Amino acid sequence: MFEQGVRCLPVILIVGLFTGLVLGLQGYYVLNRFGSESLLGTLVSLSIVRELGPVLAALMLVGQAGSALAAELGIQRNTEQIAALDTMGVSSHAYLVTPRLLAALVVFPMQTALFCCVGLWGGSVSGSMLLGLEPGIYWSAVERAVELRDVKECLIKAVTFGLLTISLCAYHGFNAHLSRAGTGARAVSASTTRAVVQSSILVLAVDYVITSFLI
Amino acid sequence: MTDKPQEMLIKIEGLHKRFGDNVVLSGASLEVPRGSLVAVLGRSGSGKSVFLKCLAEVIDPDAGEICFDGRPLGKGDTAARQDFRRRCGFLFQSNALFDSLTALENVALPLEQTTDLSSQEVHERSMEALRQLELEVHADRYPGQLSGGMQKRLALARAIVTRPEVVLFDEPTAGLDPLRRNAVFTMIAKYQRQFGFTALVVTHDVPEALAAADRVALLDSGSIVFQGSPADFAASTHEVVRGFRDSAEDLARALASLHQGDTIDTDDS
Repeated sequence: MFEQGVRCLPVILIVGLFTGLVLGLQGYYVLNRFGSESLLGTLVSLSIVRELGPVLAALMLVGQAGSALAAELGIQRNTEQIAALDTMGVSSHAYLVTPRLLAALVVFPMQTALFCCVGLWGGSVSGSMLLGLEPGIYWSAVERAVELRDVKECLIKAVTFGLLTISLCAYHGFNAHLSRAGTGARAVSASTTRAVVQSSILVLAVDYVITSFLI
Repeated sequence: MTDKPQEMLIKIEGLHKRFGDNVVLSGASLEVPRGSLVAVLGRSGSGKSVFLKCLAEVIDPDAGEICFDGRPLGKGDTAARQDFRRRCGFLFQSNALFDSLTALENVALPLEQTTDLSSQEVHERSMEALRQLELEVHADRYPGQLSGGMQKRLALARAIVTRPEVVLFDEPTAGLDPLRRNAVFTMIAKYQRQFGFTALVVTHDVPEALAAADRVALLDSGSIVFQGSPADFAASTHEVVRGFRDSAEDLARALASLHQGDTIDTDDS
């Protein structure tokens, strides 16, 4: 919970803010061409809540918490700590993986919600404070655009990404000793890289699948 | 009056294990009497650790049978395997301590996870184990803050905190100097007598093993080629036993011939 929650908080806040800022900036100039700046709130909110929020938050969590999990489990495998659990009669999966999966169930939606809020605020900073759009116009467009089903879609994606990516990272860390790269530090490095790359691809692929069902 | 036959706590029959083309165990069999300290000797790379890990179920053997307290540990018999794990402690060569947990938390871990003891009882039992291993003052320190010898004792505290009937030691003296080797074997013998557990130690330290063990076995070419008392080992005329036992004398002879300008057979297989 601490690893996925507190430790990932800065990166979620920073990436969320800059995503909103750049969306506001780009969106304002595009909409300005058609005289539709008032729709900036709609553009930013739907982009972030439906797609960018869950996807980017998941990618950030994979990059920080997922890689840390894969590396930690890989080292524990290498130093026989996992074998030690097995000899004690302690289920290594239940002790090392299950708490992380339960944490992901809670933390991924929370971090995604936070990412969306900060992103929306970033869009407001960009559109209203820097480019002169009336804040009331921006926020009322946000309020009109975002429906309950958008929030549901966002949270469904967050939970799904959390379970899948943390499982995949745990799997690669757990099986670091089976790596074709050999054993030791190299195997941990290879398994961590695989965990992050495959999880990132999985997030994008699953995002497409979920979107195609929910749209 | 005849001696009462010793009751065998562990019986291993025909253990086989290969990794790809590398045959590590080819029918290794061993009997471990209850309450004894048994040392399994063998050269580096002879498969001693694999043998012990097959017994501890860290590695699945390809074939063979292991009986614990008269009950076969078959693959399908989950209850028997769980019972064995509950009654068995394992001390890894690398100690396998959790570096993110303090000494106390490391020792408490098996109690917290495998028993229904209250947190107060877990704490008391863990502190008692640390006290017995003279680590009480280091309870709040992390393994990385302890010396090699202390880490070994901490690993032993964790292995015995559940009061197991048998403790398996995987090369407990690997990489240690002679004084520390003696200290570790003394520690094992002392606590084995104090707690009354059955100890199975794999090692390649012949003098220390012969001094501390009740029984000695020699693993060579994938099988146990000798098992008996240290006195039997000392008197054995078996070629492999002799080579292993007399390695120091062989070295002296080889060095003497070196001074005389002879060539030395350096078979390190």
